[in-house]
Amino acid sequence: MSRALLSVRGLSVRFLGERSVAALSDVDFDVARGEVLGLLGESGSGKSVTLRTLLGLHAPRTTRVTGQVNFDGEDVLSLPAEALRRYRGGRVSMIFQEPGLAFDPVYTIGAQIAESIRAHDAVDARTATARALEMLERVQIPQAGRRLQAYPHELSGGMRQRAMIALALACRPLLLLADEPTTALDATVQIQILLLLRELQREAGMAMIFVSHDIGAAIEVADRIAVMYAGRIVEENAVAELVAAPRHHYTAGLLASTVGEAERGRPLATIPGAPPDLSAPMQGCAFAPRCVAAVARCRSELPPLVRDGARALACWRPRATGDGDGARGPIGPS
Amino acid sequence: MSADSVLAAPTDRGGPAQPLLRVSHLKKRFALRGGGVLEARKYLRAVDDVGFEIAKAETLGMVGESGCGKSTTARLIARLIEPDAGELVFDGDAVGRFGGMALKEFRRNLQMVFQDSAASLNPRLALLDAVAYGPRVHGLSASAARHRAAALLDRVGLAPAQFGARYPHELSGGQRQRVNIARALAFEPRLVILDEAVAALDKSVQAQVLNLLQELKVERGLTYLFISHDLQVVRYLADRVLVMYLGRVVEIGTVARLYGAARHPYTRALLSAVPSMDPSRRTERSPLAGDPPNPIDPPSGCRFRDRCAHAAEVCARIEPALFETVPGHLAACHLDDPASGHPEARVPLASIAMPDGVGA
Repeated sequence: MSRALLSVRGLSVRFLGERSVAALSDVDFDVARGEVLGLLGESGSGKSVTLRTLLGLHAPRTTRVTGQVNFDGEDVLSLPAEALRRYRGGRVSMIFQEPGLAFDPVYTIGAQIAESIRAHDAVDARTATARALEMLERVQIPQAGRRLQAYPHELSGGMRQRAMIALALACRPLLLLADEPTTALDATVQIQILLLLRELQREAGMAMIFVSHDIGAAIEVADRIAVMYAGRIVEENAVAELVAAPRHHYTAGLLASTVGEAERGRPLATIPGAPPDLSAPMQGCAFAPRCVAAVARCRSELPPLVRDGARALACWRPRATGDGDGARGPIGPS
Repeated sequence: MSADSVLAAPTDRGGPAQPLLRVSHLKKRFALRGGGVLEARKYLRAVDDVGFEIAKAETLGMVGESGCGKSTTARLIARLIEPDAGELVFDGDAVGRFGGMALKEFRRNLQMVFQDSAASLNPRLALLDAVAYGPRVHGLSASAARHRAAALLDRVGLAPAQFGARYPHELSGGQRQRVNIARALAFEPRLVILDEAVAALDKSVQAQVLNLLQELKVERGLTYLFISHDLQVVRYLADRVLVMYLGRVVEIGTVARLYGAARHPYTRALLSAVPSMDPSRRTERSPLAGDPPNPIDPPSGCRFRDRCAHAAEVCARIEPALFETVPGHLAACHLDDPASGHPEARVPLASIAMPDGVGA
């Protein structure tokens, strides 16, 4: 692997307020050029916070960010305002779950994409509009010329999601941050958007961080998956290996409790309990109270994320690699 | 009579062969805003002539994309909104008709659990009171209702001593949905409509709630109408599945047949849109192009035709009716009706041998 495009080291985010919440703790990961990293986790695990931190979207008054984010040789967390503005949308851009919120309802789709192009490149209005049209065509919006004049509310959910992708890619970013981009979509539309993202990503050689709670969607697009729990990465591996032989008990439980094909009628393997409260101080592994393999050490000492080639794991008592049953083994007491 | 008999478990009347609920010709259209004085008023036909049966102790899954009318159908059945037309027969009694079952009685027999676990609970009622509220309104004494509520909270995994006095905002989504299930069961219903009841839950919590639903069904002899957009979950839980598209039922059949040998092109597309869960077998082509069409102005004839690879001239002219392809399996597609005049119409299915394990 060549030098990473994005390199995150020791990133921690704390939201200050009535109760201070440790949303992200000591997160390390790299994304290479043209690579798709899937960030998988349940609500509150820190996936979206990670993306927002990468774009510097948190209000500085109520957020304390520590650690390092290096993007293409630049230290993102200390970028001055003007450089940050060029970085956002120009070299790194983001798409969201709710495309309705990414567009201003009183301007046409075309005007907004053109505006974004002109904010980053020195081109005239006509060139920008022509590029906007080209983008709408690339995201396969039918009758793109007419849609250029459409207001956001005139498009269906799937079309709006495509238009948002066009907006995000208009300045040819090196990295796309995708925050649950298909969660709100219907099944037949979801698969179209996943395939579109995969195609555009490959064509442009762009890197992507794809955040999802849906393992199925992540498997469709990601090269590598990092699993997050309670604000930390607990396991990371190439997608095939992670699915076939999860080492962390949380990853295994997550895979097993995803309703697959074979279990019809039989009780599902579940992870007992619920995720921890991030405003309470934590000792040891955050997953220990729900983990079947937890021992005294898990409750007292935090397991560090240990890297070994392509894989990384934060667990004192990982599952054996030789487990032939893979993800479908008995996980928890049911 | 003791106070408890006011809310005694309703008894089976028609025997096991009689369907618990029969829905026929259910229709609902919503008037749209706008339209001038001279312009004809526009309507959205949210549910258009929907009919099906649910057998006793069965789980009927209902799937379809947003706007297809699943939730409206559920609300029409529960009479949360008034249907324009249609009839409900609950265990042999016509609902809301003279000489039939009174609406209040019907509502006690039928309870619903919704997707938004927080919105369905009164934020100012402690959990024990929230669960006891319904039975009290229906005539149970306060102490008996609290007693029943405590037992139910305990059953859904929330110890009443620990959780009974708490308020909804102090709970996680999964815990709140358990409270909603307990509250629905407090009426001793026979039919529970679960409208995307696990959709908002995280996967690990969703599995816990699905297990709970399965156990409760067996324990209490419940019948479920399980509405979901998640085909994997429906496959796991349901006995039979009903597929809706733009206000119409397009296919009904057993889980084995529907997932193994779906007839309707829309059902097939829906099934192949499910991510594979296998990195080496990623989806390469999208089964359908485009979004579901606008329900305000559905295509003529078959409503699926403008997204269908098999659409022919007859599809634009005639709306296909539900056709029994094999006993117990219905699909609304001209392809299945040899008399439809569709050039690709198939020979009757009955003469084709089914693969192993796909039999009804």
